[in-house]
Amino acid sequence: MKIPCPHCGERDVSEFRYGGDASRQRPAHGTGDLKAWHDYHFTFTNPKGPHTEHWQHVLGCRQWFRLSRNTATNVIAGVVE
Amino acid sequence: MTAFRRLPGGGRIDRSRTLGFTFDGQRLFGRPGDTLASALLANGKLLVGRSFKYHRPRGFLSAGIEEPNGLFTIGEGNRAEPNIPGTMVPLSDGLVARSQNAWPSPAFDLMAVNSIAAPILGAGFYYKTFIGPFRKSWMFYEPFIRKAAGMGKADAAPDGARYDVEYGFTDVLVIGSGPAGLAAALTAGRAGAKVLLAEQDSELGGSLLAETSEALERWRTDTLAELRSLPRVTLLTRATAQGIYDGNQVTVAQHVAQGQLLHVIRARSIVHAAGSLERPLVFSNNDRPGVMLSSAVRSYLNRHAVAPAERAVLATNNDAAYSTAFALAEAGVAVTIAEERMAPAGDLLAQAAALGIAIFPNAGIADTFGGSQLKAVRLKGRHSVTIDCDVLAVSGGWNPAVHLSSHGGIKPKYDPAIAAFVPGGFAETHFGAGGTIGHFGWQACVRDGETAGKGALAACGIGKSPRAIDPPGVRDDRAYGIAVSRDPFDVSLPGKAFVDFQHDVTAKDIKVAHQEGFHSVEHLKRYTTLGMATDQGKTSNVNAIAMMAGLRGIGPEAAGTTTFRPPFSPLTVGALAGRSVGKHFRPVRRSPLHDWHARNGCTFIEAGLWMRAWYYDWAGPTPETAYVREMELVRKGVGIADVSTLGKIDVQGPDAAEFLNRVYVNGFAKLPVGKARYGVMLNDDGIVLDDGTTSRISDTQFYMTTTTAQAGEVMSWLEYLLQCHWTDLKVHVASLTDEWGGMAVSGPDSRKALELAFPEADVSNEGLPYMGVKDIPFGGTTVRLMRLSFSGELAYEVHCPANFTIALWEHILQAAAPLGIRPYGLEALASLRIEKGHVAGLELDHRNSLDDLGLGKMAAREKPYIGKELRFREAMQAPDRWSLVGLEALEPGKKLRGASILFAADDEIKGHGRGYITSVTWSTELNRFIALGLYQGGLRHEGEEIIAAFPLKNEQVRLRIVSPHFIDKEGTRLHA
Repeated sequence: MKIPCPHCGERDVSEFRYGGDASRQRPAHGTGDLKAWHDYHFTFTNPKGPHTEHWQHVLGCRQWFRLSRNTATNVIAGVVE
Repeated sequence: MTAFRRLPGGGRIDRSRTLGFTFDGQRLFGRPGDTLASALLANGKLLVGRSFKYHRPRGFLSAGIEEPNGLFTIGEGNRAEPNIPGTMVPLSDGLVARSQNAWPSPAFDLMAVNSIAAPILGAGFYYKTFIGPFRKSWMFYEPFIRKAAGMGKADAAPDGARYDVEYGFTDVLVIGSGPAGLAAALTAGRAGAKVLLAEQDSELGGSLLAETSEALERWRTDTLAELRSLPRVTLLTRATAQGIYDGNQVTVAQHVAQGQLLHVIRARSIVHAAGSLERPLVFSNNDRPGVMLSSAVRSYLNRHAVAPAERAVLATNNDAAYSTAFALAEAGVAVTIAEERMAPAGDLLAQAAALGIAIFPNAGIADTFGGSQLKAVRLKGRHSVTIDCDVLAVSGGWNPAVHLSSHGGIKPKYDPAIAAFVPGGFAETHFGAGGTIGHFGWQACVRDGETAGKGALAACGIGKSPRAIDPPGVRDDRAYGIAVSRDPFDVSLPGKAFVDFQHDVTAKDIKVAHQEGFHSVEHLKRYTTLGMATDQGKTSNVNAIAMMAGLRGIGPEAAGTTTFRPPFSPLTVGALAGRSVGKHFRPVRRSPLHDWHARNGCTFIEAGLWMRAWYYDWAGPTPETAYVREMELVRKGVGIADVSTLGKIDVQGPDAAEFLNRVYVNGFAKLPVGKARYGVMLNDDGIVLDDGTTSRISDTQFYMTTTTAQAGEVMSWLEYLLQCHWTDLKVHVASLTDEWGGMAVSGPDSRKALELAFPEADVSNEGLPYMGVKDIPFGGTTVRLMRLSFSGELAYEVHCPANFTIALWEHILQAAAPLGIRPYGLEALASLRIEKGHVAGLELDHRNSLDDLGLGKMAAREKPYIGKELRFREAMQAPDRWSLVGLEALEPGKKLRGASILFAADDEIKGHGRGYITSVTWSTELNRFIALGLYQGGLRHEGEEIIAAFPLKNEQVRLRIVSPHFIDKEGTRLHA
């Protein structure tokens, strides 16, 4: 699998770390009650198909970005702004 | 008399040279161009092994990678490689081959007694016998069964072969060098594309190599000559495409002189031209040496000039196999055809008649005769005649090699026209050609290859239109004409009818699986082990699927196939590992002080990727003796320890204080310049992530330290927060872990040591108070003095750029020599902190809350911080959570061991207990073993007597739960 780093271009997946679901909105710092944080942290849809997720080019430029990847086929639609 | 003979002329062998090799110690000779298989046949060695379960005599079934019977251990000593099909080994001078699974030899096999025990070794034998009430006897029988039913053995010595991994990039990867592959490669090559062609055979040409037609050979040599003239075309031989992965990454394992090279190829486009594999027919005793696939007989005859001695029978259900019969007849072999169908095509009848070949229509094979060598066959049906023969060539049709095209998850589909499975489709940049997609015939393959090559060019965005490929000058393709017999195989017939030759799975086994309800192909596979041998069922799967489908009264298309996964053929683990073995297995991280330690009597220990200074010679010869003396040094005088492995992060920017204030549970906003503070950070879920000290260097600059283990994790976490969520904060973080080194100077004399080392700096209690930080110039660089203590004694950390650490370390040692300063290692460092009750990586197990570690009071009440909300989840408030306790051994004579399980005094010593010991040490201060641990309910049980059990050694020690702060609870030493 190759991942298009928005800074470095297409690189092997082994240079990246996966950072989880990026489709949900993190409560702003200092806001949100226990339930809001619980839902944000623990509830996942875990879709089979298109998924927006965080990745970091950890062995490269160290940039974090959001990526659209199909979890069933690993086909990558691209970086999500 | 031997079954095969070498012909005086013809074939692709070099008769001008002789190669010597040994088989089971016997010296034999062959020719360049031979495989081990063809050379053995030419030497009359028909019987080359014994079958897996029943130890039946076996010979080669095939001439290719699908070979289930003829497996050998090739080479000697640490270069011996087991389970290699002799059909895939080019003969070389001095080659050493040994047979497997037969003792003492294939011809005289004592294990053949298994054959007598055959009735109990049927489908599900292992499961029925050794699971359930008889499971214990499995432990007893297992070694005997393994010995009896075994494969070759790998040598116990380190592998002497060399392996490497090469990464490659290409426009077009062509898998297979038959007519389709060559046409595709030439089409792409002519357009200027970068082409890589992978061929598993030692010669290029695929099925063309088994042909004698001059026109085909001219086409092959002309095509190869042009391909070799194209600079961007690379042709690999003995290179097997093993797996296709996401993003068109393909692994190709290539045999080279000293071992194997694994090519990891990124291809913009892939042409599948892997061809097809012939399948056998299922009848009684179809496994005798001398029963061979018709394609193999043709290949040995035409390529290696090895022919059946006098007589051959061909059993077929299709027209394609007739070319084998004709080639045999032309070579002077008497041929009879047992035709399963009513009749072949008319022109074949005429051609057979002209060559004197007798054809028995509507007559398959009923049985075979002979012992370790085929002697005769009996036909079934109304011509129930027995025919003497040396060789029985069988053809049950052709299976497209759908393996690689299925690796991407596309299931094969059944094509009734060819009675076989074909690829269910191809990914966007993949193209199929020839036998792989069920197109047989020279003209079709070449046309397919050309089309696929053009498709690949388009997929690569290469618009250039190449010159058309000249077709081979042979007549048009003829129909394949397969008709699969629909007669259900009569399992009541005497003798065994093998479906999977390598795993000895018979037609009867399939019937038993069906009777017992294992109907799906996946269940059939696991219950009978069909297709689970090293050949992965290349000759057996489709026959088995068809039989099961017949028993179920459905079509093969409804039965489907099992899942094809990489690797395509057995792959030695060494090829996957490449050079990542031994000390290159993973990277090694060394402290900038490593070389000093190595020169000065240090013993190292691996801690994650780090090599850390464990203990030093001066203190004792073993860790047990040395660390105690090193601890005493720190408690009574002064010692110096390498702490360079700590994570070190530079945090800078106008919002740096705000950032740290959010990340740590305790306040950092108001930390004064020149001061350090101990901080703890949580994950979003309220679980402790890491701890460490962070110093304020200026209004806008902080110097963070993390634990060694979590350095990378914390760095990524900070970057994540700043880049993904808090993009409004003006903060940058940079890792200094490798750029800076550090040392701890600890003990009651540590201030004196620093005064001697840095006479110009004010390190008095007023000038550098507890948790004070100052940068001082030293030897052309900046040295950061921080009054921090991990040991509980008066202590300092001295950090500086990595390149200066050895000079600084030696300077401190020399300056403080009058105080008796000595280095101390990780063992003492970790033990000192246990006495002080400082938590470290062993306690921070990614399950504990702040309260579990007794750090709840540190957290700010008012300000928000990460993890604050989820820290107060219900489960995190439970009173019986496993929490940090100190433990004191009450039995002086007994050793206390790490990872011991903790039980209450009146508990039964069984199960997971109420907690465990995280860290243990001998305390030089208390003269006994002490420990930190996590215990259900924690310090609410302070003062109670409990038990530490170590079941592996059947040891128990009585302990008392105490405060984790074993020494200097008031902190007077720290503040001295």
